[in-house]
Amino acid sequence: MLTLTINDVDLEVDVPDDMPLLWVLRDVLGMTGTKYGCGIAQCGVCTVHMNGNAVRSCVLPVSEAAGNKITTIEAIGKTALGKRVQQAWLEHEVVQCGYCQSGQIMAAVALLEKVPDVDDADIDLGMAGNMCRCCTYTRIRGAIKSVAKA
Amino acid sequence: MNTQRYSSLLSRSRLFGLVGGMLSLWAAAVLPAQAQDAEQSQIERGEYLARAGDCVACHITEGGKPFAGGLAFELPFGTLYSPNITPDKETGIGDWSDDDFVNAMQKGVGKDGKHYYPAFPYTSYTLMPREDILAIKAYLFSLEPVHQPNRDNDIGFPFNQRWGMMFWNWMFNDNERFKPDPEQSAEWNRGAYLVEGLGHCGECHTPRNLFQARDSSKALAGAEIQGWKAWNITSDDEHGIGAWPDEALASYLSAGHAEGYGVAGGPMAEVVNHSLRFLTPEDINAMVVYLKSVEPQSEGIKRPPLKQLEASVPQQTDHPLGRKLFADTCVSCHSWDGNGRQTPYAALKGLRTVHDPEALNLIQILLDGDALHTANGNYVMPSFGEAYSNEELAELSNFVLEHFGEVEGQLDAKTVEERRQAP
Amino acid sequence: MNKNSSAPVSPERRRMLKASGVALGGLLIATWLPPMVPKSFAIQRLEEEPEDHELQPPTALGAFLRVGHNGHITLISPKIEMGQGVQTGFAMMIAEELEVPLSQVSVAEAPPNPELYSDSILNFQATGGSASTRSNWEPLREAAAAARIMLIQAAANQWQVSAADCRAENGQVIGPGDRRLGYGEVVAAAAELTVPENVPLKKPEDFKIIGKPAQRLDTPSKVDGSAKFTIDLHVPGMKIASARACPVVGGTLVAVDESRARAVPGVVEVIKLDNAVAVIGDHMWAAIKGLEALEESVEWDFGAHGGIDQAQIEQALRDAFERDGAIANDVGDIDKALDGAESKIEAEYEMPFLAHSPLEPMTCVAQVRADACELWVGTQAPVFARQAAAKASGMPAEKVIIHNQWIGGAFGRRLETDFITQATAIAKQVDYPIKLVWTREEDTTHDLYRPHYIDRFAAALDADGMPIGWSQTIVGASVLARFAPDAVPPNGLDSDAVENSANPLYPLSNLRVRYVPEAPKAILNSWWRGVGPLHGAYVVESFVDELAYAAKQDPVDYRLKLLGDQHPRAQAVLRLAAEKANWRQPLPDGRGRGVAVQEVFGSYLATVVELQIDANNGVRIKRLICVADCGIVTNPTSVHSQLEGGTLFGLSAALYNEITVKNGRVEQSNYNDYRQLRISDAPPVEVFVVPSTEAPGGIGEAGTAMIAPALMNAMHAATGKRFRRLPLARAGFHVI
Ligand code: FES
Ligand code: FES
Repeated sequence: MLTLTINDVDLEVDVPDDMPLLWVLRDVLGMTGTKYGCGIAQCGVCTVHMNGNAVRSCVLPVSEAAGNKITTIEAIGKTALGKRVQQAWLEHEVVQCGYCQSGQIMAAVALLEKVPDVDDADIDLGMAGNMCRCCTYTRIRGAIKSVAKA
Repeated sequence: MNTQRYSSLLSRSRLFGLVGGMLSLWAAAVLPAQAQDAEQSQIERGEYLARAGDCVACHITEGGKPFAGGLAFELPFGTLYSPNITPDKETGIGDWSDDDFVNAMQKGVGKDGKHYYPAFPYTSYTLMPREDILAIKAYLFSLEPVHQPNRDNDIGFPFNQRWGMMFWNWMFNDNERFKPDPEQSAEWNRGAYLVEGLGHCGECHTPRNLFQARDSSKALAGAEIQGWKAWNITSDDEHGIGAWPDEALASYLSAGHAEGYGVAGGPMAEVVNHSLRFLTPEDINAMVVYLKSVEPQSEGIKRPPLKQLEASVPQQTDHPLGRKLFADTCVSCHSWDGNGRQTPYAALKGLRTVHDPEALNLIQILLDGDALHTANGNYVMPSFGEAYSNEELAELSNFVLEHFGEVEGQLDAKTVEERRQAP
Repeated sequence: MNKNSSAPVSPERRRMLKASGVALGGLLIATWLPPMVPKSFAIQRLEEEPEDHELQPPTALGAFLRVGHNGHITLISPKIEMGQGVQTGFAMMIAEELEVPLSQVSVAEAPPNPELYSDSILNFQATGGSASTRSNWEPLREAAAAARIMLIQAAANQWQVSAADCRAENGQVIGPGDRRLGYGEVVAAAAELTVPENVPLKKPEDFKIIGKPAQRLDTPSKVDGSAKFTIDLHVPGMKIASARACPVVGGTLVAVDESRARAVPGVVEVIKLDNAVAVIGDHMWAAIKGLEALEESVEWDFGAHGGIDQAQIEQALRDAFERDGAIANDVGDIDKALDGAESKIEAEYEMPFLAHSPLEPMTCVAQVRADACELWVGTQAPVFARQAAAKASGMPAEKVIIHNQWIGGAFGRRLETDFITQATAIAKQVDYPIKLVWTREEDTTHDLYRPHYIDRFAAALDADGMPIGWSQTIVGASVLARFAPDAVPPNGLDSDAVENSANPLYPLSNLRVRYVPEAPKAILNSWWRGVGPLHGAYVVESFVDELAYAAKQDPVDYRLKLLGDQHPRAQAVLRLAAEKANWRQPLPDGRGRGVAVQEVFGSYLATVVELQIDANNGVRIKRLICVADCGIVTNPTSVHSQLEGGTLFGLSAALYNEITVKNGRVEQSNYNDYRQLRISDAPPVEVFVVPSTEAPGGIGEAGTAMIAPALMNAMHAATGKRFRRLPLARAGFHVI
């Protein structure tokens, strides 16, 4: 039995230690905002925050997550910055199919948290791990910059 | 935070050794066999020893059946193929007697009287006593026979003259069993036996002389093998493992990982996957004790200083393309600070791999990827050789060396291409 | 299981309903559909009573829309939302004619029903071919306008005034003396009225909603994680399955040691299929670990294709040039023109197999019960999905219920039903619902790929370097022949394979276009975003560019000259693109601009790439300009988004993507070796949309089709070398 702290709630899960947090969230806890895309940390759709840092939950063994503060897309709107980023996403009409966008938003919030005044280079290097097959990159860039400027 | 992680990792791997499903093997290997049927116990002991000897690593091909052989060894003088050692009477070793098997392991002579090439590490296995060898045989004979004819070796004159090996053996194979050193502890002796004999560490980690024999004056000082660097594992503080805490070395051996010191990659990852992770904590500790006593050799790549890196993008770099590629594909796991983002298994700091100006292991791993099977699941590094160009991989490597190591990488597209082409 | 949602409509009932419908423009609008149509959130709804107003009978007015008692409008969307914004566009059309604010419209997915929902361009019920807006632009507005007229009439009847004295505004009917009745209040009476014919539609100058940027209806749930894609669904009692099919097409499963998977904690069942093994688990991790545990013990019969390599496939394509194939167009006498030409130019172009690789891998929820087969799946082709499930479950089609779902990327992949067949076959073997989720590796290696095309051109030039004519031979698999064999004439001419080639944009007095279908062994081919135009635009625009350079003329001027007085819309976008790109401004060494212009999917596009090359084969795309005339625009935001995203999607493929075969197996497996464009590779896309009152053109794939030729032409401009085989990475270039 492991205790996970997800979105400020303590949850007990009885799963194998090596099970990636992604599947615990999705298939055990029913929190499906965090997506599966590659399973090898190459696409970023599974991004969640661990102690405020963006991590790829598809390669994060649940045992490594235990004892740390996990935040998912379901709760990121409760933070001021998270809310602003979501709002910017809507204003810039970033979303296409939407499948990658949970991960994009989680990555963007983590980036802005560290570098509030991001420029293009910061966005390139900070968001490159998050793929979007619909290629909404132009608007992701615009949305992040608008939050940085605000 | 990191130390915490580190110790929890250690305790996990220890725990695994005790309860992680290997209990029966452990009992078989360490406890006297009173309660067990003698034969069964011999088989189980044999299985443990076969694992310690990592027999399967060579006697299998990708997608093939374990112990059925067929693996190619590209050596400077030609290609050898490992034989089928399942108990199939026609194509395996099913009709071998005990003596046949012991001769092969100790003298490197097959049932047909032919001499083996020392790609088969009989010069190490020779240290094994008869009963250990026969336990391995009993285990092999307990397996399903696989009918798979052996491939002929592809070796040109004069190396195809196997009788030449007689002379070689006279020079380089002592054909002596392991003799415990009464001056040393039982643990040390067990470690020496495992390292020098069964584990045949020197086969990779000791450089070879002109005759392809291990250079005993440089025992375990590190060598290049199959395009990889087998690091210096002598007790030298800077070049070897002398400065590694015992727990770090034990963790490395049993789990393939010691944060800030090393992650097993390539052939070493396979050794961990197939062999070392199954050893008991006692045996692992014995190996640690012995390795720590090996005469220091100041050869090879030093361990890089532990850099205090920020978890954010480095603003200065001579290799912007490498930095871009690191951001694209690497940072998700390894993190800019080199601590490993999701798991310390992905930590890069303190590794000799990122401090080797030739980037030998680094480029190998980038090209082919890697997989480490541990008690806490599998850690996989994808391969990037297929979709990334030589220029890209060279610059990526240069960036990694600059950022995580303290060496100036001079890799270029040509070098990467050569590494791709190397057998 | 909820009674409402799982109850299939009986065939008699449907016939009865249909009989009461009135045909209008080939479509039925007055057919009342029972409330079996779930929203994308089906699964959660299933567990509750549908308190939703819009699901209550009998207040529906048509196949496309339904008016609730509270006045809320539900659009029954014949097209699935997969990122193109189509459902919002449709809702805008409906809101416009119905005189309701967009916020009053919500969307439900149409069930499979070819009579009601077939696309007039594609001729079947599907989302694809950039046809959605084009084919629904009139029918949807007509349906809404008819509904508005009926609602006004009902109110007028109630007030006993003339309908001519009433009007609709903001979801209300307003009558003389500012009397008001909400739509919900008159809908019951309206539903009794006869559907009017020849309904007048609003004029563009009266549009209040169409043509103004609108926020998409589906996006709020996609930024807070609450949107449900198929992969996110959960039905009661459901377990998770993942499968591994034989790595070689046509291979079969011989044996597998199931015990190894069953030993994995969380594994519930191992299912053997003809060509695959599946593991069912409590969660995906168990299924993945179970499959890994089976790996060593699976024995396949690889069938006929186990030894096929890429080189053999390519050789077979080259050999096919010797065959006659089908003539797609033959004008003038090209042989004579070539014989007597001042000079001749020949070129060969090649495009690789491509996987679709949407970020949501193939996934499908399926339950096979005694009385029905029920599927929750994001599909571009619901009728085919139903057929596939019927076949795999052994049930008649009317017992198959399909709940279509929002799609996490399709790009053509979800026109196919292989994964639906597999999910149904697995579900048939167990007595609980399963959610089949493919791993990325399975998704990459078991796709149906964009064909590998080889094109050969020969042009006859006059003394000025202008073409007197050209011949073109296309070799590649016929997607149509596999997908819809009936749509292919006996000579094998696949209209998709010769798009933009058979009738080139440029008028030529001598032209012969020949197509030789050659289906490769060991690989299946399918639709890929951009379809025919993706191929046609690439080869034609590359070749024209070569001609321009051979004639030592500016590529833009050359094209304009060639167009003469034809295609003013093409000329306009080309001119505008050149202007926006500062085309006339010379560039320093190592830089180059490339252009492409074509009519694709009924829209006119011109794309310009400006790039720079460094000494180490590094390419930096400095500017990427896309000018479109796509007729009248419903939602400008969606048009811009599609052009931006579609262009970069095509760029990703043009730079990096190539699927290759070894020993009958696809060699790529995940994003480490099937590389995709990242934000760090992506230049900003500058989109300009030419105002137009023409009928709407397709936009979802238009940008995708145009980028490769513009990119490769720019590479030539910068290096002086022609790279004729995609992707660019093959030539050793990378993005910096
Ligand atoms: S699913 Fe985790 S990075 Fe792709
Ligand atoms: S919006 Fe579709 S993958 Fe990003």
